[in-house]
Parts: sequence; structure tokens; C-alpha cells
Amino acid sequence: MTKVTKRPGKKPARNALAEIQMQVMWNRLISVVEEQAQTLIRTAFGAATREAGDLSAGVFLTDGRMVAQAVTGTPGHVNSMAESVGHFLKEYPARGMRPGDTFVTNDPWKGTGHLNDFTMVTPVFQPVGKHQRLVALFASTLHVVDIGGLGFGPEGTQGYHEGLYVPILKLVDAGAFSETTLKIIRANVREPVQVEGDLYALVACNEVGGRRLAAMMNEYQLKDIEALGEFIIRRSHAAMLAAVREWPQGAWSTSMTIDGYGAPITLAAKLTISRGGIDIDFSGTSPVAAKGINVPKSYTDAYTSFGVRCIIGANIPNNAGSLSVVRVTAPAGCILNAPFPLAVAARATVGQMLPDVVFGCLRQARPGKVPAEGTSCLWNIRLAGGQGGQNTQGSATKGRRFTVVGFNTGGTGARPAQDGLSVTSFPSGVRNVSLEIMETISPLVFWRKEYRPDSGGAGRARGGLGQIIEIENGDGAPMVLAATFDRIEHPARGADGGKAGSGGRVHLRSGKELIGMGNQPVPAGDRLIVETPGGGGIGEPRERARDAVRRDVALGLVSEEQARDYYGFNP
Amino acid sequence: MSRNSRSARSAPGARLAVDIGGTFTDVVLQAGGRLWTTKVLTTPTAPETGLLEAMQTVLADASMTARELDLLILGTTLATNALIERKGAKTALITTAGFRDVVEIGWEHRFAQYDIFLDKPAPLVPRDLRFGVAERINVDGKVLRRLDEAAVVQLAAQLQKENVESVAVAFLQSYANPLHERRVRELLQQHAPGLWVTLSSDVCPEVREYERTSTACANAYVQPVMAGYLQRLETRLRDLGVRCPVYLMTSGGALTTLAIGAAEPVRLVESGPAGGAILSRTVAQQCGVNRALSFDMGGTTAKICFIDDFEPQLSRNFEFGRMYRFLKGSGLPIRIPVIEMVEIGAGGGSIARLDEMKRVQVGPDSAGSEPGPACYARGGTHATVTDADCVMGYLDAERFAGGRVKLDSKLAEQAVANAIAGPLAVNTELGALAINEIVTENMANAARVHAMELGKTVEQYTLIAFGGAAPLHAARLAAKLGIARVIVPLNASVGSALGFLKAPVAFQAVRSWHAILNALDTRRANALLDDMQQQATDMVRAGAPGEALKTTRVAYMRYQGQGHEIAVDLPAGKLTAGNTAALAARFARAYHAMYGRTIPNLGVEIMSWSVTVATQLKPAARARHVRKRVAPRAATTRAGFEATQGKVRAAKVYERSQLAAGSVIRGPALVAEDQTTVVVTADYSIQINELGYTVLSRNGSRRT
Repeated sequence: MTKVTKRPGKKPARNALAEIQMQVMWNRLISVVEEQAQTLIRTAFGAATREAGDLSAGVFLTDGRMVAQAVTGTPGHVNSMAESVGHFLKEYPARGMRPGDTFVTNDPWKGTGHLNDFTMVTPVFQPVGKHQRLVALFASTLHVVDIGGLGFGPEGTQGYHEGLYVPILKLVDAGAFSETTLKIIRANVREPVQVEGDLYALVACNEVGGRRLAAMMNEYQLKDIEALGEFIIRRSHAAMLAAVREWPQGAWSTSMTIDGYGAPITLAAKLTISRGGIDIDFSGTSPVAAKGINVPKSYTDAYTSFGVRCIIGANIPNNAGSLSVVRVTAPAGCILNAPFPLAVAARATVGQMLPDVVFGCLRQARPGKVPAEGTSCLWNIRLAGGQGGQNTQGSATKGRRFTVVGFNTGGTGARPAQDGLSVTSFPSGVRNVSLEIMETISPLVFWRKEYRPDSGGAGRARGGLGQIIEIENGDGAPMVLAATFDRIEHPARGADGGKAGSGGRVHLRSGKELIGMGNQPVPAGDRLIVETPGGGGIGEPRERARDAVRRDVALGLVSEEQARDYYGFNP
Repeated sequence: MSRNSRSARSAPGARLAVDIGGTFTDVVLQAGGRLWTTKVLTTPTAPETGLLEAMQTVLADASMTARELDLLILGTTLATNALIERKGAKTALITTAGFRDVVEIGWEHRFAQYDIFLDKPAPLVPRDLRFGVAERINVDGKVLRRLDEAAVVQLAAQLQKENVESVAVAFLQSYANPLHERRVRELLQQHAPGLWVTLSSDVCPEVREYERTSTACANAYVQPVMAGYLQRLETRLRDLGVRCPVYLMTSGGALTTLAIGAAEPVRLVESGPAGGAILSRTVAQQCGVNRALSFDMGGTTAKICFIDDFEPQLSRNFEFGRMYRFLKGSGLPIRIPVIEMVEIGAGGGSIARLDEMKRVQVGPDSAGSEPGPACYARGGTHATVTDADCVMGYLDAERFAGGRVKLDSKLAEQAVANAIAGPLAVNTELGALAINEIVTENMANAARVHAMELGKTVEQYTLIAFGGAAPLHAARLAAKLGIARVIVPLNASVGSALGFLKAPVAFQAVRSWHAILNALDTRRANALLDDMQQQATDMVRAGAPGEALKTTRVAYMRYQGQGHEIAVDLPAGKLTAGNTAALAARFARAYHAMYGRTIPNLGVEIMSWSVTVATQLKPAARARHVRKRVAPRAATTRAGFEATQGKVRAAKVYERSQLAAGSVIRGPALVAEDQTTVVVTADYSIQINELGYTVLSRNGSRRT
């Protein structure tokens, strides 16, 4: 029943079969890095890795170009980890690597932007005769719970305040861990067991990746993965270019101001679409800040690139080919290209705003394709109690000792044809931690966690709502809030006639207003109330479908007053 | 369907199982060592009608009456369908004041990183039917704020006015102390009689407020529908003369009574696939396979489940109504005992296309049965996996699906050429090969990642393949996974119903109670375990009086502060201060097995406890070894595409029904049967075992 149909003028069958094998192996390679990432998620300790997917995993050619990366929860590692492998190779050239080696760093400028992120690189070898030949490198990154210094937060004014700095060095030498390095790390962090466990998890996940790659190479009798890598990079590059070329060519500028720490920050950008790709230049952006909200360039690249990819080429996998189509520049000394040794621990608060800036440019190119601004930065509630001294300014020394982080979010911006998502992470991909679990591991008692009505920016498409969270220390003791919140003074703006979302608010039940950044006490018996921001709306609110307004009012998402005043709706 | 003329009237242990699926209702009757099966179309508006009709058909085939049955087992997708199609009752939710949105806020995440246009699943209970009531109990079960009873009474009147039929009550920390939830039930029963009430502390007494509330809502939502249905069904079964016990299949692969099914219908979700896993367990017992990987591939999806030492992998996490059909986190969670399975959008009907990088992508969308694959000649034009199988010469056009569907291979070639081969500039066979290889890769990748999640080494497993499309792809899947042996059982098309007959009566009680292991209050732990043992035993005794029971006790443990718990078996007998060290060692072993290492100097905590009581079943008898014998000559030869060599070559085609036990055939070969074909690639050989199962072994591997 089967006939081989000859197609005159086509390539010979041998190449045709090779094309299909390349595809199958590409598919497999993506699975290999997914397995690598899965191993890390399952074995890591930090809540950020497990619950928030704050990790990355990928496989690289021996020249440092990335060929596949797992899709994980944080865009902050998108191309920062990809670039980091090049730095490792400069420090430790490929020809000197041996089987069983693994290299490590937490250099914010050569890794993924702050000292809490450790990156590890492991070479993979295959036997060629009697020799072992380097065929690929696996890299992975995760966020450890503590790295010493002042403790996590924006309070440092120099990188030296923010904890232990581990330059690129060899952690595992032909299978033997460097006890010296581990000892230094253990001695400098507050949770040595967990941090060491996380380091082992990084080594283990790279090993899993290496084993799977070797199995694939044996199955397909490959001597190296150079041809496969070129195939992947070439195809992805072409697809990304094609996606860019579907957009109008030109240059668009925008700027967005956010709260910052003590003084507002303006993020200015010019985005140029040409036949050769997309260039984004952050000239005009505010200079570096005194405290730890500065952003190393690698992290700027990551969130900028991610912002573009949400709109253009969303289905194209991350690798050297697709990433090279989007190029980012930022003048040295601006907050998006902060040099060593500035403080950078809380760089996410600013970095997570970059997709909104990219959207601001792309919206001018194609208004119907781009969402309005949203909360964007995470509103993680970080509380500590009972620990005296560090981080507490002496105000919370009674009661049980605890440190808890809840991953929390506000509303996202309206989409052109859909409302924004209420209480949803973007651009980060975090999952929250159960309130009952937090009450299990700390003395906290939660009294409220619900939608914040009227916080979504009004519009034809409404912005997503924020939430209200109310917390008390159940031990009747004081505690300290380590705040890293933005969009209090500068809420998410609406687009195309849509209104802004509500700004965030942080206060005590007793009435005192708190600020968005820094350590602040919550007295015994009082309650912390956090109101997260809403997303911006799109389009004139009076054009919103009446059924949608009626439903919002019935569900209590929009008050009757707002329905009347903004939407012109009278039930 | 019976070919048996002898009546089974006198045979002891006449057992009948019914699997009411979305399209077909399958019935299996086992009596006097014989098996009768039938398939009828499901009647969605009144499922009991189709069921009773099919039952009568199969009883007539066996010349038996309903009165003679000793056991009747039902599996139904009715609860699943009510949830997915949103056809449940008008339901309200009562929560702790300030927390009514917990069930809608969920995990606060986006399940697809790059899709900024995604929407989240709508909650079962809309916001205007979610009510907060002042009360608060803390993590230790202490009352921080008393229940506002007046508010509950007022609410009762409001619910009645709004014509609410069913209510879920889910207070924070209620698993630690159900006092307030129970008081609400009393007040509602008093002031709003006739209202169905589900307490989260009854259906899911476990920590994690979102999952517990979501489970309670799902139960409340389907309860009026399910309870009504089960009641009608029981009446009609009794009218028909059924005198024997009637059981329901649960998602956990165990049987339960109609009464428990009506009280906790959420436990009945996804019972069909559970039946398939139970069938695999039986096959594993018969063939002495300690490490089995159940592989069920049908028209729309493939399902994979690990079965170690004849126990399917269990879990307490399930999601329904996923927005991205196969993506974790895109659905609504329910926490019930389930057989843990990975479902992949990979079936015969899965559609193949090229993406913007000219990569062949298969699924997750399916052409379904209407119009179906192009080769069905019912107007389908998409290239599907079945079309690829057809182009590759694997299918007999005349006999597909027992001859009910006549395949048109020209249409299959056209579809594959248009969608894949043409744009890739390869010949049609290579286009079909690409579809087959990619769909198999997708399944292999899912199996590998799942193995990684569970800490298992997939190469050590034997594949048990059933469902219409599995035998076609099992050899390639095994090769990709490094698996040496594949077993294809008989009668796989009614696999789920067949599995029901092999399931025990069981009940799993679960309770969250947080304890630090080295400071374990053993008195309290023993009291908790005894209480759960009593509850589970009562539930099982009600359905299986006088049967021998076995108990499994599990603690869900983790290193302090970690996010995932792992299940650790508890030793038999009372816990004492002395055996907490032994428990720590068990945890370390389990942790090591899963993650390959342990963490020194870190405390261990227990989050939840479970006690499962089950009737003890005799394991299926082992198949006897049979002597190898030469297979009869191949019936025909067909040009078939040999995946391992990337080219067309002649494949011998054998009739399964004509292969006696012991017959050995070396690949490449095709073994045809009425429902499907077993594809034997060049790197595998087969032998028929004593039970007629086709056993594939990789050439050169030790076991044959």
C-alpha cells in the first residue's frame, strides 16, 4: 500500500532523513533541559526555587552559545545565564576542563544580577578512542535563601554590604568538591545547611543533564552536537527574524517613572525595529541609586528581551539564535547598567518594570497587540521577628524567631480584547505560598486576603485588581517588614483612554502609613495591611460593554460609585 | 458478543463491571471462568438507561439474570463531566471573613510564561455566592475569634432566597479543628433544611487553604447531581432484580459504596483511567513484572502510570478543567486519592502541523472521532497520527477498529503530504515517520520527566501497552526510553472495565497535623492514627463485611521548610518515642531513593497523615512458562516503513488469533488483530505467552 513518491528536484532522501532526525533530537534536547530543571526544582531548598521557579537550566555548545533552555518561572535568567557561560569560559578555557569538573559563581555582573543567585557550569565529555572529548556544557542557576551581609533587601549601599561574593572558580575538581570553598560559604551565610544543599542540587541537575545528553548521543551515534546546535540556532534565528519582519519598521520612544527608593526613577527607552532585528536603547534613564535597587546590565537584557518575546516570537525557544535578534544597550552608570560595586540585591523591583517600558514602545507600533501597564514588580511580603540586631533595628527581639516570605502580586494591565488578570504575577512567574503553611512555620496570623475593589484601572478593557492582605504576629510580639514595593506613588498607567490602576498602599491597622522600601517595624498587637496595586485599563471606560460593567458591580469588583463616575453606568 | 453457549448460572462469583465513558459504555461479565463483553453508546441525559440496556445484553449473552450476580461495579465519568461542562448545582461557599477570594486567587501565577493573553479557569462558585463569616481558628486548633452564629442564620435565609442547592463550607485551619465548620452545618440544617452541605474538614482535612476549599467546592457542586443519579440507579438496579452489593470505582483505583459515593462524589472523578492502571497491575502480576509502566494510548490522549511491586503510584493531587489541556497549574485543584498519571495530548487523532521553525508538532488538539483523521474519509483534512500510521503501512484498511471504520490510505497520504512532507520537501513516508517519531518523543519525554519527579529509573521498567493506539507505538516508545520489554495484553479495548473487576474495596482517611519528628507527641499521633483507622475501617466494613483487611499508614514528611512532602510508610503498631529514629531513617531512605542524597543536620517535619484500609485480594496467578515454538508462516507481507532504518521494507503480517502460546517472531513484523496492530520494529522480537499476550523483547537483551 505504500509507495515511495519521488519528488524530482528535491534534496536526496539522505538529507531528508537528517532533517527529521535533527528535529527529533531538538525535541529531545528541550526535554533534557526540562529534566535538568525538574531535578533542580525537586531537590532545591529555597522557597524561591521551589514555589516561584526562580531557577534556570540550559545546555551550551563548547564555544558558549546556548542551544536550549528550560522554560521556568523567572524571565530574570532568560539571557543572563546564557551570557554567563561565556564569562566562565574566559576564566577557565574549555581545553583545560576535565570530566567531573564544575564551576561556580554568584558574581552579579557575570551571573544573573545579585549575590543570592548561584550559577554553575558543568562540562560534558564523550569518549573518543582513549580520550575524553568535551561535547557540551550544562549551566544552571538558582536563588539561595541567604548569602550573608545585611540580609536580603535594598538596604545596602555597596555590593560588599550585600553578602559573600564568590568569583568564578572551580567548585568540583574531577569529582572532588572543594571543601575550602564550601567551608567559606557555610561560614558566611545564615542558613548554611540549606545553602549547601542548594549548591549540591545545582551540581546534581547538571549531572542529570549530562547523562541524558550522553544517552541521546549514543542513541543517534553522534560524535558531537555541533551540527545539531547550528541547526537549532540557525532555524531559531531565522524564525525570530521573520517574526520581527512582520512588524512595521521604525523607531519609537517612551518613558515611565516609578517610585524607586527615596527618589523617583525614570526609565527611558528607544526601540528600533529594522530588518536586522530589534534594538533597545535605554539612554535618558535615571542614574544609579544610592541603595540596592540598581540593575546589572545582564539583568536588564533579560527582562527587556522577555518583554519583546511576550509580543513577538512568543513560541520560539530561547537559544543563541533567537536571543541575538534582540539587542539591548544602556549607558554605563544609569540604573539599568550599574557598575561594580554598587548595591544590586533588590534589582528585581526595577528590572521587572522593563517589559512595561518595552510595551510602551511596541504599543505605538501596533496598539491592538499590546497590554497596558500592570503592577509588574512583585509585592513579596517579607516579615521577620524575634531575631534581635540584624535587620530588626532592635525593635523585634521578643517572641519566636522567624523569617517568612510570601510571594504576592497585584493586577496585570488590561489586554486589548480582555481584562487584565487580577492578583497575578507578571512578568515574574511566581506561585504564592499557602497562608496555612506560613502560619505553620511562623507565628503569623492572617486576617484578610481578598480582592481590592475598584483597584483595576477603568477602561473598555479593565485592568486586573490588586488584593488586600492583613497580618498579625500571633505571639503578640513586634515584627519587621522588609519592604521592596513599587507603584505606590506611580501607579500603572492606562492606555488609549483607559484609566490608571490604583497605586499600592502599605499601612498599619492603627493608622500609620508605611513606605514602599526598607525595614519598618510592626508593633506588637498591631496589624500590617498591604494593598497591592491594580493594572491599567485600555480604552475609554464609557465604551465598556454594559453587561461587563453590570457583572463587575454584581460581583463587587467595581463599586456603584466608580461604575457611575468612570463608566457612566446607572443600574 | 458471547461465543459461549454454556450457561454460567451455576458458576460462583458472577461479577459484572460497567465503565460509563464519554462515548461508550463498556460492560464486562466474568462468571465461571469466562468473560462476556459488550459496548453500547453512552446516553448522556440519563446514563442509567444505557447502562441497564448494556447490562441486560451481556446477561442475556451469558444466559443469566441480574439476581444471580454476586458483585456489581460501576465507574462513571458523570462527576468529571459535571465539573468540566459546568453542569453542577447552584453552589455557594462560606469562608472565614476576609478570605472569600482565596478560591479564585488560587496560586497567583501564570501557568504559561510567554502567553500574556491567557485566561484563568473560572471558579465553580462565583464571587456573589461566596460569603465570609466572622470566625477564626489558629494553626493549633485554638479559637481566636468565635463563630458569628447570627450571621450564619441570616445567611441561611439568603441562600434559600437565592435558590442555592448546595453549600461548601471552608474555614481557615479547619483541618486542625472542625468545630466551626460543623456548627455551620448544624445551623444550616436547622434554618435551611434541604440544602446540601459539604465541609472542607470532611472531604479534605488537609493543610493548604486553596486546594482544600477548591475540593470542597467541587464536591458541593457535583453532589446534588451525583446523589440523585446514584439513588435513581440503585432503585432501577433493584427493580431489575439485582440483589448483590453494588460498588463504585474511585479515582484512587479502589471500590467504595453507593453511600460514600453520594457523600463524597468528588472521589469518583477520573475512575475510568484508574481502571486501566488496575488492569496493568493485574497484567504485571500475571507476568511477574515488579517494575511496570502502564501505557494507555487512545484516540485523544496517552496516559502513563508507574506501578512498582504491583502498586500503582498514588497521589493526592488532581486538577480538572485545565485551560491548557495538559499543563499543570492551568486547572482547578482537587485533593483526593488518585492514581498518579501523566496525560499527554498524544492519541490516534492528534493533529500534526509545522510551526514557525518548520518543526513538526503533534497535538495536543485532536481530530476526535468526527470528522476524525483524514483516512476515515469523513471530511477530515488534518494529518493525524492515525494517518501517519496508515501511510507507514501499519494499519489494515479493512479491519481498523474491528472493521467499523474503513480507511482510505490515499486521503492519509494527501493529508500528510499537504501538512508536513510537502513544506519540508521530503517524501510522504518520511513525513509520516516524522509525525510518528515526534508523537513518540513527546510521550517518551513526558515519561522521563515524570520518572524524574518520582525518582525512578525508567530503563528498569517493562511497558504494558493497551488502548487502540498503544500497540502501534509501544516498540518505538520502549526503544526511546531504553526499555527492553513490552507486554500487550488481550481484550485491551475494554481495559478499564476489566480493571474494575480486579480492584479492592478501600478507603483512605487523611488528616493534616503538623509535628516535628524529633519532638513527636506519640500519644497524640497514636490517637489520631487510631481515629483514622476506625473511620477507614468503618467505611470498608460497610461494603465488605467479614473480609480480611489490610492497613497502610503513611506520614507525609519533609525536611523542615521544604515545599514538597514525600510519603513514608509508618511501621505497624503503636508509635513510640523509640521508633521516631527508625522513622527518620525511613524518611532518609525514601528521600534518598527520590533525590539521590540526604541532607545532614536538618530537622524533619510531618505535615499530614493517612491511613488506608483495603480488602486483601489474592494476586493474579502467574502465567506459566511456555516452550518456544516457531510461528506459522506470515499470512501476508506488506510494505511497511521501518522506523529504525528510515526506509520502507517488506514486513511480515501475522494474525494474532493464529499464534499459539510460545510462538516467536523476529522483527520487523506486524501482528494484526481486530482492534489494532502490534508493530514489531527490527530491534525487537516477540513471543506469545501462556495467556495469549504479545511480549516484545529487545534483541540482545537478556530476558526473552
